[in-house]
Amino acid sequence: MELDLANVSPEDRKEVERNVFFGTVDQLKGWARSNSLWPLTFGLACCAIEMMAAGGAHYDLDRFGVIFRTSPRQADVMIVSGTVTKKMGPLLKRLYDQMPEPKWVIAMGSCATAGGPYVKSYSVIKGVDQIVPVDVYIPGCPPNPAALIYGINKLQEKIRYEAKTGKQVTGR
Amino acid sequence: MSEENNREQGDAPVPDPKSEPVAEPQAELPAVEQPQAETPIANIPAAEQQQAEQPVAETPPPARRVETDEEKAARRKASLEAREAAKAAAAQAAGLAAQAGTEGRAVAKASGDSDGEGGGEEAPPREPSPNQPRLDRVAAILRELVSEDAVEEAYINEPNDHLPTLVVKNEFWLKSAELFRNHEELSCSYLRNVSGVDYETHMEVVYYPLNMDTRHCYCLKVRTSRDQPTVSSVTPIWETANWNEREIYDLLGIDFPGHPDLRRIMMPDDWVGHPLRKDYVPLDPEV
Amino acid sequence: MIRTEELLLNVGPQHPSTHGVFRIVVKLDGEVITEATPVMGYLHRGTEKLAENLNFTQIIPYTDRMDYVSAMTNNYVLCHAVEKMMGLEIPERAEFMRLIVMEMQRVASHLVWWGTYLLDIGAISPFLYAFSDRERILGMFNELCGARLTYNYMRVGGVKWDAPEGWIEKVKTFVKDMHYRLDEYHNLVSGNEIFLSRIKGIGKYDAKTAIDYGLSGANLRCTGVQWDLRKAEPYSLYDRFEFDVPVGKNGDCFDRYELRMEEIVQSLRILEQALEQFPGDGETMGKVPRVIRPPAGEIYVRIESPRGEIGCHIVSKGKAEPYRLKFRRPSFVNLQILPKLLVGESMTNLVTILGGIDIVLGEVDC
Repeated sequence: MELDLANVSPEDRKEVERNVFFGTVDQLKGWARSNSLWPLTFGLACCAIEMMAAGGAHYDLDRFGVIFRTSPRQADVMIVSGTVTKKMGPLLKRLYDQMPEPKWVIAMGSCATAGGPYVKSYSVIKGVDQIVPVDVYIPGCPPNPAALIYGINKLQEKIRYEAKTGKQVTGR
Repeated sequence: MSEENNREQGDAPVPDPKSEPVAEPQAELPAVEQPQAETPIANIPAAEQQQAEQPVAETPPPARRVETDEEKAARRKASLEAREAAKAAAAQAAGLAAQAGTEGRAVAKASGDSDGEGGGEEAPPREPSPNQPRLDRVAAILRELVSEDAVEEAYINEPNDHLPTLVVKNEFWLKSAELFRNHEELSCSYLRNVSGVDYETHMEVVYYPLNMDTRHCYCLKVRTSRDQPTVSSVTPIWETANWNEREIYDLLGIDFPGHPDLRRIMMPDDWVGHPLRKDYVPLDPEV
Repeated sequence: MIRTEELLLNVGPQHPSTHGVFRIVVKLDGEVITEATPVMGYLHRGTEKLAENLNFTQIIPYTDRMDYVSAMTNNYVLCHAVEKMMGLEIPERAEFMRLIVMEMQRVASHLVWWGTYLLDIGAISPFLYAFSDRERILGMFNELCGARLTYNYMRVGGVKWDAPEGWIEKVKTFVKDMHYRLDEYHNLVSGNEIFLSRIKGIGKYDAKTAIDYGLSGANLRCTGVQWDLRKAEPYSLYDRFEFDVPVGKNGDCFDRYELRMEEIVQSLRILEQALEQFPGDGETMGKVPRVIRPPAGEIYVRIESPRGEIGCHIVSKGKAEPYRLKFRRPSFVNLQILPKLLVGESMTNLVTILGGIDIVLGEVDC
């Protein structure tokens, strides 16, 4: 069989353009990582019920490649859903440290974003970003499962963008 | 000071205990507006019978604006008198009911089928509560079996389904609680709720035992001082109290001697202070 | 000789069992638990302290977030307490709406319990079934008051929103369908050998212990004590409807399971009757003063939430804010029996027993 790269017929060229992609290895890694985000089951309060509902059959998270893993060693993303209290704070940090790179954090709900309705309380950490670096904030009390899915999609876009534009995904 | 004398005489038809508290708002009046001080005050005995009508009906709108202070004082005085009259009538009626106490041990709550012993005439007579006999019996049991002064106060909490409420003295609390559990007339085997309340002068722990067979519920309060608050633990009696007392200790700082394991439950173990106290200042409010 | 050591295991605040941030420190001898110490407070948000600066209408959203799986009953207990203190009259239609949403909430809460309990035990499909049905209920709540989980629906004196067009019909359809779905659930799970052997005889206690520990709800009724606040101390319109209160015999996890499934059936029964008797028109809010200021005094009311007896103790000094607001949370009191039940059990039964008590951490920690 001959391979003549100079004279490629238009149909063959179209086929090639459809089926062959060019990119960098980083983009490939970004595509893989974004489409199989495995969150840590880190439900703290009411938002956890909405997270469970998002994982249920009606709003399915599995179609995005999201499978909830129970061990931090096997998880990519930590969805902090619920109020973080001062008693829970050190444990949250420890769990975050136990996650291997690359890792992301989604702050779900207004309690995790900034203290929420409990912002004047004596025992609530006003925003989880005081402890761990957060990538996506999802407002709501609790956010609809559709809002959570939107937040996860935003995280996926962020991962792909960082991969494409050369910014490092790991190492912060 | 002839105005004051006039006012004292104007007060005569009004029953005595009211003249003292009422004298104070009046004391300021002569300084404010003297010449018109006579007319509204002279109206007060009349205002006793027709309270709402006089101040509104008699003055034309522009003059009313000028007289507002006196009117307000008059209205305040009149309503205070009405309240005092109602209280006096109620105290009379309750006194009568405590002496009579002829109703059976019906559990009917707030059915109002008691024949009102009706004390006072001006205010509507307060009917004795259907749970009054039960309250009296409990108070009598406590006085007899625990101590003569074990019960500091005993009253009926009317809005709360006529709940018999007793304030038990701190020293006799453990014995009284045992009595509530074991005495065959009371036998409250279910402790519903234990709450701690911080009044700024003292602290209080409120217990709600319940007798499931007869559905009789009581409210027991134990008072303690604010610095060094202690209340005997009832955990050996009702196991429910275990964590409830731990929570009260954690959040209010009340000590419960006799508790098997008194340590913090809600706050982290190294927390400083007791958050639910009225004078609690958090160490790190900005976090 | 084999040298054995006691192992101190931390079933930490983050764990696969979906009950929230609850930690148990267990001492293990091989696989047998010798001692278990629960540690809680990881979700203590200080609702009671916050309530001292808020007026009663502002506290209602906070009550939603306490027992977030059954928020309507929490709303009701606060509104009921204030209304009782003030002696307010609630219009009939509002009371019917409250009862209907409370019973729907009971069904939803038991569905969550069922789904997550079976998920803990190891079965994944019931979780999907339960949440799919729950979505229907939540959709109806969403139509009614705009929120799926934290409704903020009831107000002192009535309810905030009236039922929209066609809502009652939807609820009626749902109640009919739910009966079929319950049959499906029983087919799926209740006869399963593995499930039965994991549940029967586990976590047994008797009536005297239950009363001593102050348990309530299904945890108390599984021992044979006939005590349901909807019948024993009726509130709202429950005395108008006919329903049974299922009572267990043995006091083990299987009885609690059966009881809760039966409670769903009874709730559906109440819903059917309530929907039939629903008044065609009426006010949704009674005559309430603009500033809600209960008179000085104290009150303690209690209602039957899906978890047990939830109570609200208010001390008021005549202001618009409560002086002291305390919630008697059923999960907090029910959880006290856990250390006692776990002694001598195998480690595998820990999750079964914990799930059978049906706790919600937002409520335990308040």
